Amino acid sequence: MASQIARRLLRRRVTNEIFMTTTRSPSMGLFSSFDRNYSSCSSNLIRATLFPGDGIGPEIAESVKKVFSAADVPIEWEEHFVGTEVDPRTQSFVTWESLESVRRNKVGLKGPMATPIGKGHRSLNLTLRKELNLYANVRPCYSLPGYKTRYDDVNLVTIRENTEGEYSGLEHQVVRGVVESLKIITRQASLRVAEYAFYYAKTHGRKRVSAVHKANIMQKTDGLFLKCCREVAEKYPEIKYEEVVIDNCCMMLVKNPTLFDVLVMPNLYGDIISDLCAGLIGGLGLTPSLNIGEGGIALAEAVHGSAPDIAGKNLANPTALLLSAVSMLHHLDLTDKADMIQDAVLKTIAEGKYRTGDLGGSATTTEFTKAIIGHL
Amino acid sequence: MAKRTLPILKQLLHQRSPSLSPLSRSVTYMPRPGDGAPRTVTLIPGDGIGPLVTGAVEQVMDAMHAPIYFEKFDVHGDMKSFPTEVVESIKKNKVCLKGGLNTPMGGGVSSLNVQLRKELDLYASLVNCFNLPGLPTRHENVDIVVIRENTEGEYAGLEHEVVPGVVESLKVITKFCSERIAKYAFEYAYLNNRKTVTAVHKANIMKLADGLFLESCREIASKYPSIKYNEIIVDNCCMQLVSKPEQFDVMVTPNLYGNLVANTAAGIAGGTGVMPGGNVGADHAVFEQGASAGNVGKQKIVDQRTANPVALLLSSAMMLRHLQFPSFADRLETAVKRVISEGKTRTKDLGGKSTTQEVVDAVIANLE
Repeated sequence: MASQIARRLLRRRVTNEIFMTTTRSPSMGLFSSFDRNYSSCSSNLIRATLFPGDGIGPEIAESVKKVFSAADVPIEWEEHFVGTEVDPRTQSFVTWESLESVRRNKVGLKGPMATPIGKGHRSLNLTLRKELNLYANVRPCYSLPGYKTRYDDVNLVTIRENTEGEYSGLEHQVVRGVVESLKIITRQASLRVAEYAFYYAKTHGRKRVSAVHKANIMQKTDGLFLKCCREVAEKYPEIKYEEVVIDNCCMMLVKNPTLFDVLVMPNLYGDIISDLCAGLIGGLGLTPSLNIGEGGIALAEAVHGSAPDIAGKNLANPTALLLSAVSMLHHLDLTDKADMIQDAVLKTIAEGKYRTGDLGGSATTTEFTKAIIGHL
Repeated sequence: MAKRTLPILKQLLHQRSPSLSPLSRSVTYMPRPGDGAPRTVTLIPGDGIGPLVTGAVEQVMDAMHAPIYFEKFDVHGDMKSFPTEVVESIKKNKVCLKGGLNTPMGGGVSSLNVQLRKELDLYASLVNCFNLPGLPTRHENVDIVVIRENTEGEYAGLEHEVVPGVVESLKVITKFCSERIAKYAFEYAYLNNRKTVTAVHKANIMKLADGLFLESCREIASKYPSIKYNEIIVDNCCMQLVSKPEQFDVMVTPNLYGNLVANTAAGIAGGTGVMPGGNVGADHAVFEQGASAGNVGKQKIVDQRTANPVALLLSSAMMLRHLQFPSFADRLETAVKRVISEGKTRTKDLGGKSTTQEVVDAVIANLE
């Protein structure tokens, strides 16, 4: 066990050094989640916050916990639940303790949360995003072998700026019948997401980063975004960089998704393109997602809904949450565990013997989980 | 010998009849005396593959002896603004056929395409995305018409730098423009026997702006009770387009979403090289390739002369109908569809190896 810790520390130091020598990036501190392990010398367990969520959330979270313990992943879960009343410190149903826990642990996994309808509180996702400063949303989209969609060879990653752009929420009525909505692009946010995109491409062995824009029409705003991307691209000469206009991008994605590798884009385009890519591989029920925040925080989440109609019936498909947890493991540099779990999930789906209802099978959540554990 | 030839004869007869039926009309179109006089249409070849494909249209119109007379003007994407003589000509002729104009990226020159639309107030942009028989695609049963607001929204072009490093862009939505595009969409659905109109929006985030758009659509929908109306959020819309496109019929959208949805729909139905479309306003109409992606094309396509003229040919058929020459429009459309379904002459974007000229010759040969 001591040799394991020593090996992991050594590997981390080596990757740290490589990162520092090849890129003189000033934002080193942003991604240094690997630094944490140096301080916690008592146990080699990583603490992670878990939000099971509502509806089918608890069942699929249970499934993730089972798979992780069967795979011997060194993670200790700290569970937090959404409160039943509005916490005045956060103006929403997410409690201050939960947020502090994520800030402390720097890593979290979130199940689907249904925002209760009403006024006087912020939406849950908005709270998490604003409080934890989650600036990049990463969605790896790859075709699941064995689950046939019209597209078989999708293998791309969409990285979307998550804080500004068209979703600033700054709208007002000028006169009756005329509404203005502001789209804001700042250099700081664009640089931040571009840095993360290239860092991600580098650490995951991706060859090409494409920036998606509409700078022929929105010349100053998307022009600024592109300028920032170009600046960062110069620091990574081994990664190919290209720029694609969004309408071309949409068309090429539906005709030939293999043309793209890593896509980085502002908020609105990112929203649309990442959902389009999710549609290519089979829908939101199978798509993993990871949100990156300032200070190296990573919050993996399942982007599908809470499906209250099948809650508690052991019918839910835990694939999205499992694959999100896998991307969380990649972020923590536990690549061998991540690959092991990912292979097990893909093999189970490819085999076809145990598939949940939404994939066309009849297995229950527990059977599916057991099959995955069997494939580890 | 008679026993052997009889089934062959039967087969030949059956083969011929489907191709003849679209042309035999049961009710004749009765024109007014003098309607057959040639109409002048402004022609703007444009940049890149533009001259190639507009040349194709000219050849086919010639071969059909269509009562169209083209007035050609040279406009390029790097000009500062549209030359006044061209705009005057379009105002006089009321109809224009246009190739793509290249917009320089981030160069401080606003797009000429957008300028023309604002100048002539062409407030509706229409793209018809449908599966062409004989062209294999991943999705079947696609027949979507995307009607997109063309003058305001995100393309208002009002941008400014607040402080260095912070840029703002205004998205403007007005009740006036939203109402008229909704009216056009429902009118189109009514006149073309379409059953559903879907409004595409993002009103859960942009509550005031897209909320105003939706309000206008709902108001107009109440005036057309026979047409079904529903709403869909734009990211869900793209996901549904990729997995279940057959559920969509007519879609009405603000400016930016319309661009994305139109190009996605064109991509799933066969590519932007074959989808017809145009821009229409109260007084003028400009026909061009439907989806905006790829209408200028890459230099390689220009050099090898393998641009796909089908989109512009189908758009010119739409133009002929707009000018009230339905039988010419029918002949052109039938010929183009027959060339596609035969599959022998197809350009590179459809998986074939022919040049533009070969496709044009095939279309001319198939004209009845």
